[in-house]
Amino acid sequence: MTINMLTAFLTVSAILFSIGMFGALTKRNMIVLLLSIELMLNAVNLNLVAFSKYGMTPSLHGQMFTLFSIAIAAAEAAVGIAILLAFYRQRVTVNADEMNELREP
Amino acid sequence: MSTGQVVAFFILSFLAFSGAIMMIAFHRVVHMVVSMATTFLSLAGLYILLEAEFVAVVQVMVYAGAISILMIFGIMMTKHHDGEEEKPTTWKSWFTFGSVAAFLFLVYVSIRNTKFPEQTQQYVSENNVLEIGQMMFNQYAIPFEIISVLLTVAFVGAILIARREEAETE
Repeated sequence: MTINMLTAFLTVSAILFSIGMFGALTKRNMIVLLLSIELMLNAVNLNLVAFSKYGMTPSLHGQMFTLFSIAIAAAEAAVGIAILLAFYRQRVTVNADEMNELREP
Repeated sequence: MSTGQVVAFFILSFLAFSGAIMMIAFHRVVHMVVSMATTFLSLAGLYILLEAEFVAVVQVMVYAGAISILMIFGIMMTKHHDGEEEKPTTWKSWFTFGSVAAFLFLVYVSIRNTKFPEQTQQYVSENNVLEIGQMMFNQYAIPFEIISVLLTVAFVGAILIARREEAETE
């Protein structure tokens, strides 16, 4: 096979990252925003794992980095949902455009 | 790469793309979460192709399991105006689409034109989970402890933020 697998994986990751970026920039529902951010994080993780197999010095370090990054993503999603719930209790909306105040109205 | 692996790679990446694009295209939020779960699962398949079995299992547990369920709980606790007409595509969304497409084109051209150096050594993983465990508790022991502290702090903080206000006065 003449196909270069590192390039193929990097291209997949770039396309997924772009889709996530488009979603994060255009969608206005906060849950969808969080999902798009998760998609971008996943694309980056795919890059790390691809380099840990097809990079110049293949080793397990890329996979370790991916594990830590997944843990950070889980913490980020939990805090994001918590902020969403607290915000919904105050304003009864999930629209990101109306999220412009830090204090209670 | 054998031919079967290449075929599996194309099928899994097609599934990942379709899940992500469906996430953009759907109108109901629950459908979006389900299509994102498809993307997460196919990414786990890609990790298995890359001989990262432990990362694949963690991906299935954390993303397809925990984060999807967390998002569904977030949807259930808030009210969404499903079926509401999406606002028509304005010049802003076309501008965003053009910017993202230009970004993707730039990244793609740079990936194609980069000469990645040849692998200087071959690494064959005998027992992925065993080696990751040994590495995590020897070389990466301090980052592991720090990340557990960070997870604890983040989850306690999340509970504090999401707690009802009335509970304090009682």
